[in-house]
Amino acid sequence: MKTANKKITAERLVKDALDKAKHFADYNIFTFLNEEGALKKAREIDARIARGEKVGKLAGVPYALKDNFLSPEGETTASAHILQEFISPVTATAVAKLEAEDAIMIGRTNLDAFAHGSSTENSFFGPTLNAYDKERVAGGSSGGSAVAVALDIVEFATGTDTGGSIRQPASFNGVFGLKPTYGCVSRYGVVAMASSTDCIGFFTKTPEDMDLLMSIASGQDPKDLTTLADYYNGESQEQCLEGLPEVTTEDDGASDPSLKNTVLAPRRIGIIKDFDNESVDKSIRDALKEKCELLKSKGHEIVELKMPSLKYALPAYYIIVPAEVASNLSRYDGVRYGFRSDESKDLDQLYENTRSEGFMPENKRRIMIGNFVLSSGFYDAYFLKAAKARTLIIEEYEKAFEKCDYILTPVSPSPAFKLGEKVNDPIAMYFEDVMSVSLNLAGVPGLTIPVGKTDTGLPIGLQLVGPRRSDKKLINFAKEIA
Amino acid sequence: MKYIPTIGIECHVQLATKTKLFSEVDNDARGKEPNSCVSPVDYALPGMLPRLNGEAIKFAIRAGKAMNCKINEHSRFDRKHYFYPDSPKGYQITQFYEPIIGEGFVELPSGTRIRIEHAHLEGDAGKLTHFSDYSLVDFNRVDTPLIEIVSMPDIHSAKDAHDYCKELWRLMIFAEVSYGDLYNGNMRFDVNISLAPEGTKELGTRAEVKNLNSFRSVERAVEYEIKRQTKLLEAGKKVVQETRGWNDADGKTTGQRSKEEAKDYRYMPEPDLPPINLTKEFIETEAAKLPLMPADYRKMFGKTIKSDILEILLDYPQLAYKLKEIASPSHPERAQVRSPKLIALDGKVSAISLIANLFVSVLLAEEKSAEYLNDLPSAKDLTELAEMNKKKELSSTATKEVFLHLFDPQMKGRGSKQIAKELGLIQENDLGALEKIVDAVLAKPETKKAQDDFKAGEEKVIGFLVGQVMKESRGKANPSAVQDILRKKLA
Repeated sequence: MKTANKKITAERLVKDALDKAKHFADYNIFTFLNEEGALKKAREIDARIARGEKVGKLAGVPYALKDNFLSPEGETTASAHILQEFISPVTATAVAKLEAEDAIMIGRTNLDAFAHGSSTENSFFGPTLNAYDKERVAGGSSGGSAVAVALDIVEFATGTDTGGSIRQPASFNGVFGLKPTYGCVSRYGVVAMASSTDCIGFFTKTPEDMDLLMSIASGQDPKDLTTLADYYNGESQEQCLEGLPEVTTEDDGASDPSLKNTVLAPRRIGIIKDFDNESVDKSIRDALKEKCELLKSKGHEIVELKMPSLKYALPAYYIIVPAEVASNLSRYDGVRYGFRSDESKDLDQLYENTRSEGFMPENKRRIMIGNFVLSSGFYDAYFLKAAKARTLIIEEYEKAFEKCDYILTPVSPSPAFKLGEKVNDPIAMYFEDVMSVSLNLAGVPGLTIPVGKTDTGLPIGLQLVGPRRSDKKLINFAKEIA
Repeated sequence: MKYIPTIGIECHVQLATKTKLFSEVDNDARGKEPNSCVSPVDYALPGMLPRLNGEAIKFAIRAGKAMNCKINEHSRFDRKHYFYPDSPKGYQITQFYEPIIGEGFVELPSGTRIRIEHAHLEGDAGKLTHFSDYSLVDFNRVDTPLIEIVSMPDIHSAKDAHDYCKELWRLMIFAEVSYGDLYNGNMRFDVNISLAPEGTKELGTRAEVKNLNSFRSVERAVEYEIKRQTKLLEAGKKVVQETRGWNDADGKTTGQRSKEEAKDYRYMPEPDLPPINLTKEFIETEAAKLPLMPADYRKMFGKTIKSDILEILLDYPQLAYKLKEIASPSHPERAQVRSPKLIALDGKVSAISLIANLFVSVLLAEEKSAEYLNDLPSAKDLTELAEMNKKKELSSTATKEVFLHLFDPQMKGRGSKQIAKELGLIQENDLGALEKIVDAVLAKPETKKAQDDFKAGEEKVIGFLVGQVMKESRGKANPSAVQDILRKKLA
């Protein structure tokens, strides 16, 4: 990724990004353009460069911030009416880490309100259009971020992935998208969707950029007790390859022994047989087969896996996640910040009107499902049962990774669909997530790799899945096979 | 038919930790502006996550141990949902399924044991103040750590309900986990009361009286409920399962919410906080820090101090500890040391009983007693005072006077003996010297009539004569010795 230096100034990089953002305005990517703030910061960085001072690893790199990350720059709305005019006094840990390395946020990107959706059509600001076909959806919920990177407006964008919200839009727009291991990147300061499955990740154009961003953003955070002890950067190259067959390097090791020069040993790649059926678009199944042939030809082994518990993933997900959603959205009541309905005569009306007017239909649907499955008398039948299914899924992934090193699967059943095609059919929309949600329930990392295009020119992505804490290995393997 | 009341009590105790349960903000909002002790976490901004205050865990262990409870090595948090402006998150973080404190018991001064079902950690709610057409909310109290102590239905009288609440209060202040300021809501009680005909095993339908904030109101509310429910049952009516409020001015409870209207709290495991897993060592280390408890003091002083005096003293941990210091100066540690040697009073019986009486009858009667309690005289000074009293160097009046001067900022630190000397309060016990004074007084013509009256059998004039001698000695004479001499001389 291009960083600022004496020749190419941060101001130049930021101006270019802002120009492109305006040029592509009809895609409805941004909910806020940070023109003033970004240029001010760019000039500061340029001044430091001119004085010969040290600058960060992301000096002057323009990036896009999904609008559910808190920072004082612009309103943090999560593309929801109920958070209109909310300017955060605090900064998300992930944002603070990027800014500490001198990255420059040029705008906030559109999403399905509160990240509820798979197409960005549930946004209060209207849908974001697909980078390759304006008639089609960007995917979601991180649609704006995916398109911002796909259209080369920014070098990278942040995303959140609760059930596929990074991987699916990355796949729909032909970019890399990582959902890290649960707990790898701090959730502090990111508008919560479902606490036990929310993951913070990125959209990039290369696996190398992803590696750099993860080395910066990952790590334990005292403000998020669910973060894991630092492992991303702690992993030396040796540890990273530990337990794997012999390793050879292309050169004699005289140059920098970075992983770029390493030819990795043959790996066992798992293919989930359960997903190989008619419900998956032929173009995607063909792309997966093609990739497998390629991997075989490079000496890797393809292992067929049966993972029968994965069929419970979608129903379990749509019980656990709405329950946490309903709970996490309780705080938006119009009392302390954000939108408040004016027409209320008493407290009950204040709640009712504020929440009725402030939430999108999909938000309300999930609140209702969530409250239902948690209600007295239904908890055991729904929530507890789903939690048990989740345990089965976790165990099934553990078993699978005894048989293989990575799993390669489709991200979603089809490439980008038409705008309006599924938005009024919630079940069809939920089915979009059938291949992505099991990773969130199991807490394992998944990386979307662009692998080609359909006959009609729509991007196709596949997701590479690894065991917990294998994020770096996953990215390194992607460098090799992408 | 006679009805037996069965009572169970839930008690909320605010823990006096430095910071709140889930944020690093000051937990002590006493005397501070509304909404000045509030972090973005307490305020429930989007994306804010609870952090767990380790001190609250340690306090919970101590509180649990004070109630003879099992401490659970594994516990976790749940969310309890309800909409109200005092709850910024829209849920309270509590421990519904797996609490940190398990079964135990509290022993009342009468010896009755009340079993504890469990106690759990949770965050407090904010405070709403209602005005004619608007309400204001103060979030200072949001997520102050609370433990909710749930008793078994082992209480069967209003008095035991009162005594149980008071004993809990003592345990919490002796364990040093709460300020125990009831006026400011540091402890609040919810009381469940049901009546059943004598001899039946099955419990009756219960009513819950919520949010009582004094021992007296607990006692009165129970008395009222017993009367109310008895009347209903005797009239052949049924008690409705409901939540009732207490009106202290009227001395009545009134129905607020029936079971049908009860809220569904939609409990859910708290996904933002990992479970609490404590090692045995950690629990033991914290348990060992528990200071001496009221029961320990009862064992130690039960034979030395009258029980009514002792029970008053046990409302003031500082006084109890000071007596322990006097009793065994060689063991200054405040933690529980269960050695019989410590409990033995090493010949200090009279000193302890004297100081205990001074504490209760003199110190606690003082206007400034609250101030004095925080700055008590040293055990050495008090012991010296007791010894002078025992040797009759000080009269009981002089003992009280010297005792009070031990709190005087001008005098304290000089020692009891020095103070007594400076005040000229040391008694004349030298019989030879006393005889001279007595002779001088008897030689005075104004005592002649009294002497004659006494000889004529008028016993009470001896007081007048003793007084004259005391006056002559400027208060230094030992009055009982003076009386003995007078009686001999006038015999």
